[in-house]
Amino acid sequence: MWSYIIRRLIHMIPVMLIVTFMVYALMLAIPGDPARALIGPGESLDEEQLELIRKEYNLDRPVIVQYGLWLGKAIQGDLGRSTQNQRPIAGELRVRAAVTLQFGLVAWILAIVIGVPLGIVSAVYRGKPVDYVATVVSIGGVAIPNFWLGIMCILLFGVKLGWLPTQGYVDIWQYPLEGLKHMVLPAFALGITSWALIMRQSRSAMLEVLAQDYMRTARAKGLYERTVIWIHALRNALLPVVTVFGLQTGRIFAGAVVIETLFGIPGMGNFMVQAIFAQDFMAVQGAVLLMAVAVLVANLVTDVLYAWLDPRISFDD
Amino acid sequence: MTDISATELIREGPHRRTQTFRKLIAIPQAVYGLVVIGITLFAAIFAPWIAPFDPESMDFDNLLVGISESHWLGSDQMGRDTLSRLISGAQIALIVSLGAVGIGVLIGVPLGLISVYFRGFIDDVIMRFMDSLVVFPSLLIAVGLAAAMGGSLISVILAIGIANVPWMARVIRSQGLSIREMDYVAAAEAGGMSHIRIIVRHILPNSVSPVIVQSTLSMGYAVLTEAALGFIGVGIQPPTPTWGNMLQQAFPMLDQQPLLSIVPGIAIFLLVLAFNFLGDALRDVLDPRLKGVIH
Repeated sequence: MWSYIIRRLIHMIPVMLIVTFMVYALMLAIPGDPARALIGPGESLDEEQLELIRKEYNLDRPVIVQYGLWLGKAIQGDLGRSTQNQRPIAGELRVRAAVTLQFGLVAWILAIVIGVPLGIVSAVYRGKPVDYVATVVSIGGVAIPNFWLGIMCILLFGVKLGWLPTQGYVDIWQYPLEGLKHMVLPAFALGITSWALIMRQSRSAMLEVLAQDYMRTARAKGLYERTVIWIHALRNALLPVVTVFGLQTGRIFAGAVVIETLFGIPGMGNFMVQAIFAQDFMAVQGAVLLMAVAVLVANLVTDVLYAWLDPRISFDD
Repeated sequence: MTDISATELIREGPHRRTQTFRKLIAIPQAVYGLVVIGITLFAAIFAPWIAPFDPESMDFDNLLVGISESHWLGSDQMGRDTLSRLISGAQIALIVSLGAVGIGVLIGVPLGLISVYFRGFIDDVIMRFMDSLVVFPSLLIAVGLAAAMGGSLISVILAIGIANVPWMARVIRSQGLSIREMDYVAAAEAGGMSHIRIIVRHILPNSVSPVIVQSTLSMGYAVLTEAALGFIGVGIQPPTPTWGNMLQQAFPMLDQQPLLSIVPGIAIFLLVLAFNFLGDALRDVLDPRLKGVIH
């Protein structure tokens, strides 16, 4: 097991280097002088001051050297300073990441709580009306823009019914009830694609499991149907959910950019969008870097979890 | 095993294509997909003739009207006709999805083919690159690019296109792996056929089905991403109407005129659903295991 994890970590090194390089290379897409972009809008500087900035950010060195120096600083937690308030970007990101993680986690839990039972019920009652309804919902869930679902939720539960708050964020640890209330709509909208996919995956996995011999054995032993399905079959039907986790982490982060903007949640996504409008390039770069690394780590966790759960995958090869 | 060369398969092309199309239109979801995409395409091409109003012209006597005789789908806070803007937005939706998938195919497919044909070190290097690109959701690339070069049609197409590259490369590579081992490829190599000719005439035609499926599904995803970018304001900028920026401008008016927020969302949903349905149906029809010709 450990050697497998170490091997996967070693595999991750080149990917991590390429990923971080690509994030750094975003700077190359800036038209004109990157030194001006780094210092932000509204500052008029003469050539001498620009030269100083180029020196400070190593822009006068070859790209690969610039990247190496930037990466070295990034590893030590130095992502530069925001041009909006001169505060260190890394510190700001730490606070924002905590919000996004909290809210992504709720989205995940909702996705699993809705998706898995729906998929199982759908498989158990295959071909019955409940299966059709669940299938239609899951097909729709993949095609619906999550932010539009969010807007519709705001319209229904906020504007029309007035049941739930539609803007802002309350710390869930300090005020659990109020925090959850604020979290429900955005987390539901953010997780829609994930729960639709989880539902589909767990339905097909469940159908496969239900056709296995050991299910017949379990029934023949005289076990309750409930025990057969929820104990024996569920474990195996959960496997695809793990796969979806790896794939969906990136989408959850990307989705958070839009959903946080819609619901006014002060997370990483919101931070990025504000930074774009303030032309705070390094802040965007820092946030993209953090998200990309998070996706890589999620992929690693998925692989390890998958291998651990599925006895067919061996750690030795 | 009967050996059928790729060239023979291509020669049989038109007949096979008719058969494929017949099988496709026997699937109701595929028909829905084709019809909706057809309508969108028609609206996009003939937009100037079928749109009842100029999508950018304002009419201050008709602000925020609901469904009415003159404005079938209502008007926005500047009196612009929603239907006309929707039709105009269809152009952008299709340009972006075609452009983005085009970039994905043009870069991803050759990379995948080179990877599968030469294998070894080249394969390792290309696929590590692809693994790295997969880490970035298209929206994240787009946000990064928008920060660097500003939101525009080009940056949106480029961003979604780059995100498509690794998927296309992976898909054609996985299909090509078995084709690479075929006797006819070995025969072509032994006969002294050049690498490029083998790739283009034997491997490509036989690995292209999954690329078609992936492209169709990616087009739906491109429509979704473009809308999301437009909504947060880093996509194509107003006054050019896109379904995403229509939703952005409609959001502050949500309590006054919800129709404005409802209509573009339904358009996005229907078109994405169409691409997804068509993609799924194509997968069923083109599945090489069902075809039984190549193997």
